Amino acid sequence: MSFLEVENLTLRIARGPRILRAVSLGVDQGEVRGLVGESGAGKSMIGKAILGTLPRAIQVVSGRISLDGTDLQTLPARERRRRIGAQVALIPQDPLTALNPVRRVGPQITNRLVDILGWDRSRAEARARELLDEVHIPDPDRVMRSYPHELSGGMRQRILIASAFAAEPKLIIADEPTTALDVTVQKQILRLIKEMQDRHNTALLFVTHDLGVVSKICQSLTVLYAGKVIEDTDTRSFFAAPGHPYSQALLHATPKYTDPEDSLTPVPQHVIDAVEAEVTDFDKGLGA
Amino acid sequence: MPFLRTILARLAATLVTLFGAAVIVFVVIRVVPGNPIAMMLPPGATEDDIARLQALYGLDKSIFEQFVIWLGGVVRGDFGTSISLRQPVLNLVLGRLPATLELSIMALVIAVFIGGAMALTGTLRRDTRTEAAIDVTSGMALSVPDFLWGLILILLFGVLWPVFHISGRVSPSLDFDFQTQFYLFESVLRLRFDVWADLVSHMFMPSLALAIPLAAIISQLLKQSLKETMHLDYVTLARTKGYSEASVITREALPNAVLPTLTLIGVQFTFLIGGTVIIERLFSYEGLGNMAIDAVINRDLPLIQGIVILFALLFTVVNLVVDMTYAALNPRLRHA
Repeated sequence: MSFLEVENLTLRIARGPRILRAVSLGVDQGEVRGLVGESGAGKSMIGKAILGTLPRAIQVVSGRISLDGTDLQTLPARERRRRIGAQVALIPQDPLTALNPVRRVGPQITNRLVDILGWDRSRAEARARELLDEVHIPDPDRVMRSYPHELSGGMRQRILIASAFAAEPKLIIADEPTTALDVTVQKQILRLIKEMQDRHNTALLFVTHDLGVVSKICQSLTVLYAGKVIEDTDTRSFFAAPGHPYSQALLHATPKYTDPEDSLTPVPQHVIDAVEAEVTDFDKGLGA
Repeated sequence: MPFLRTILARLAATLVTLFGAAVIVFVVIRVVPGNPIAMMLPPGATEDDIARLQALYGLDKSIFEQFVIWLGGVVRGDFGTSISLRQPVLNLVLGRLPATLELSIMALVIAVFIGGAMALTGTLRRDTRTEAAIDVTSGMALSVPDFLWGLILILLFGVLWPVFHISGRVSPSLDFDFQTQFYLFESVLRLRFDVWADLVSHMFMPSLALAIPLAAIISQLLKQSLKETMHLDYVTLARTKGYSEASVITREALPNAVLPTLTLIGVQFTFLIGGTVIIERLFSYEGLGNMAIDAVINRDLPLIQGIVILFALLFTVVNLVVDMTYAALNPRLRHA
């Protein structure tokens, strides 16, 4: 039994189409699982469902999400919120918009510890300083007194990483955490997330569309297409021989660092047709 | 020192504004029909009497000459003498200013509380019937002007259910010797809460009448800007940390959403001060606005000028305060 268990999760837009189709996946302590798929495949929705931040228009049709064996749905709303706040943390996609512009950085790192987990302020601040040090930010005291607009994008992403690890969460959800960053900074941030994950032995669900990133940091991965799990496997066997034709095509469509001149092949139409047919069959099976 | 330069630039702009207001009011009240001398003399006064009185008040000179004389006085702190009340304009105007200030600030406070509460409730219950009810309420509040609200309030709380005073600023029977014109403020400082209660009972309806339309504007704009803020990433991040929806709204969204609303409150507050003219009349509240109407009826040129200049000064001060508050609440401007 993994720490995070998502079982048969189906989501739909109210009176609209399905966006997740019976998705199951698990992430265990110390495991890094990649969650890959094209834009609109529903990757981020899984993260939002786990964190309880689904948009109001989206309904949970069926399925369960459990943390450490506890089905979140069975908890009262307040308790569920606190449980998620204490055990799960998000590393958001865009560091430029994920910090509150009118508040200093320090309180934005410590607020979960103080307000939700009941730490006293000085202990939380000491912890924040320690974490800023861990994410290689020099002069933590000055940074904690700064406002977000005074810091660079890479710096802000480091702060958000520090903030995510502040409460020693069991699970981190990283939602394309390097997409909004400079290419040179991307690598550093990726390395940093992996380093922090190793040190804290956290379960990490890494949402990305970049298979190159997956090959570097993930042990396992889930491939998603139109909200349906296409493949769920460990990274090594995936890159050796992807099981599903769509996965193979996806792999061929990814640039290789070893051979950047190699021309890329878009996912062929017959593969898309085949995978679309699977999705349609699935929907038919549910009578929709 | 960019800060000092900003302040100096603002002061210069203020002086230009005041000068412009002075020119306009000076010319307009002399060009429109009606003259103060005719109001003062009994019927049957001779041409000679009229000419003598006009000379006495300097009204026989050209508008330009009159303006130069008046401006010369203003520079020395002399705003002339009221024709109808025969007292220095400056004393009259400053004596009435506190009453109007207390009334408008009370109205502003009420508007911020009601409008803020409506906006926060509407955001918390967004896309439900509660939000729809709030929208309808503020739409209604906005489409009825303040003086009509005054009449409605008089009917409700003065006639049908007479709990508040409907006229004046303070009960004449009250045994209290005010040392300043800031009655409300003074009653609190001197811990006379019976006097305070009497004052509030007089001010409640006029200030509420002024506050209702402003509350509606605050409610609509703040709610709109809160709802937009609720979609932003830092709000979502706060949600994942375990905060309830209500604390996410007040802690994360509000400090940002309040900024655009603040600018609007500044503009609307100057309208509110303008609204005191009619509202004070309606409630026989002894403030600047009530005095302004009398001054116009009596064609009391120096008094009208004094009041208009003071209103203009008030508007610029309000805008300055709003800009400073905006900078204080927005760290991105503070260091700029």
